[in-house]
Amino acid sequence: MKNVLMPTPHRILNVAHETRAEYTFRVECDDTVEHGQFYVLSIPKIGEAPISVSSKGEGYLEFTIRKVGRLTEGIFGLGAGDTIFIRGPYGNCFPVQDFMGRDLVVIAGGTGLAAVRSMLQHFYANPHEVNSLTLIAGFRNSDSVLFREDLETFREKFRAIYCLDEMEAVGFKKGFVTEYIKDVPFATFSDYNVVIVGPPEMINFSAKECLNSGVDEARIWVSLERKMSCAVGKCGHCKIGGVYVCQEGPVFNYVQAKNLID
Amino acid sequence: MEDMMSSLKDTYRLYAPKRFPDGSIRYGEIDSLSEIVVDEKSHFSPKEVYLPIVQTIFYFKDNQCEESEIEDGRDILIFARACDISAIERLDTIYLKNGGAQDFYYKRLRDKVKFVLIECPESFDSCFCVSMGASITDNFIGILRDGKIDTKSEPVFVSENKKSVTIPDIDESIVKDVIQLEYWRSFDENCAGCGGCTAVCPTCSCFDTIDVIYSETSLDGERRRVWGSCMQEDFSAMAGGHNVRKRVGDRMRFKVMHKIYDFHQRFGETHMCVGCGRCDERCPKDIVFSDIINTLAGKVEQLKAEGGAGR
Repeated sequence: MKNVLMPTPHRILNVAHETRAEYTFRVECDDTVEHGQFYVLSIPKIGEAPISVSSKGEGYLEFTIRKVGRLTEGIFGLGAGDTIFIRGPYGNCFPVQDFMGRDLVVIAGGTGLAAVRSMLQHFYANPHEVNSLTLIAGFRNSDSVLFREDLETFREKFRAIYCLDEMEAVGFKKGFVTEYIKDVPFATFSDYNVVIVGPPEMINFSAKECLNSGVDEARIWVSLERKMSCAVGKCGHCKIGGVYVCQEGPVFNYVQAKNLID
Repeated sequence: MEDMMSSLKDTYRLYAPKRFPDGSIRYGEIDSLSEIVVDEKSHFSPKEVYLPIVQTIFYFKDNQCEESEIEDGRDILIFARACDISAIERLDTIYLKNGGAQDFYYKRLRDKVKFVLIECPESFDSCFCVSMGASITDNFIGILRDGKIDTKSEPVFVSENKKSVTIPDIDESIVKDVIQLEYWRSFDENCAGCGGCTAVCPTCSCFDTIDVIYSETSLDGERRRVWGSCMQEDFSAMAGGHNVRKRVGDRMRFKVMHKIYDFHQRFGETHMCVGCGRCDERCPKDIVFSDIINTLAGKVEQLKAEGGAGR
């Protein structure tokens, strides 16, 4: 019988420093992965944690990791040529088929951008697949901006609104993402979807702001992060009521998500 | 008699509730059926036999992961009461059904397990197995009677407990109100959040994983699965500071709802709780689980009456 908890070793191809606290690891991997799915990354002797796929390409996957705990600190010690242990992919994905031919609004806070980056890259490469794409991305300050190159190129094809909580900077307005949701021309869209990713409070406030702008809650999709020790429905950590984030999520329609009370 | 034991032990590792030197009654390996404590309820459940408190799941060796092995190839024979035998079906639901994939480490021990029924001539004070539908089982190969294993007689089960519970009639239309009941706040003060209840519970299944290195200079180590408890504050804490259910009352609500509502809602079989009552006996704050269930049932009826047609 297959042991689904057994991680396999993969070679790190490249490490990109996004910020001082966030690195992107390109890992050799041939898996087929959908936008929004995650892996459990581990370093022997330190532990494991669920991390979303921030990009995918021919023969590789990328994971953008924030240095916040013992595991992620351990991962930061790794470089190109080193081995990392992974298992996955896990979870559901963004309903990309539903997004096709419609207007798409993506609202991302901080590291949350990692969870939607592969989807954004896909629509950047295939802009005809959506009617329009609006990206509102917010960071704490200019030192915490992720994927700078991507953000710049996205401006070419997306309606891009970038902001910083604490300051103004070239290409970035000052303020929270929630302040710019009212600037999205929802009224001009014939049919649209909204994707919200980021810290829990940011998701809640952004969803409320969307509802204030008249967005139908069934058109809102969120991706949730929870602690996981297995990602296969056994350990109990990600359970919210009768729902397991690792099984039914991490992507939820807001109609369901608004009723998930931890 | 000794012949029987030695032939049994050729086939099985034998586990039964026995008295340990510290006075506690727990499941341990036995050499003689006379070691089995039958006139008292064991303080801990048999789950630790097939869901060990700590278990090595794999070893790190030379930058590879090497699966742990079970050293003893024999099957496992557990002497257990009907509630505890019923409990294994709840654990099967989590470990073998939920999420589609079977858990390798659970299954390899679970497949070895057979039971001998310890009958309950009458139930203990804190039992409410009848209300939970866990007082009867057919999952055993014999019955412990008069110090022997009887494979021919019909089992006797309790048909009544001193305690009974009314399962709250919760559905999706009301669950949010139940979660937000002021009642849960009483546990912010009254519950210590120690997790003792989840340790003795035969159906609590949550775990953490920890990695262990043998020495600072060694590259070798192992990953272990250890019991986790949703009653403890760090259960769902994530690196970076995000946590949920910081108040102990919310953790109590989370546990209670799992035991008597959302496990059943998700899997549509039984409720998770088997009514063994061990959590009450373990609780340093004298919280009584059956009282919570009954209180909640009353509160739910009240909510429904207040909500009326507007719901």
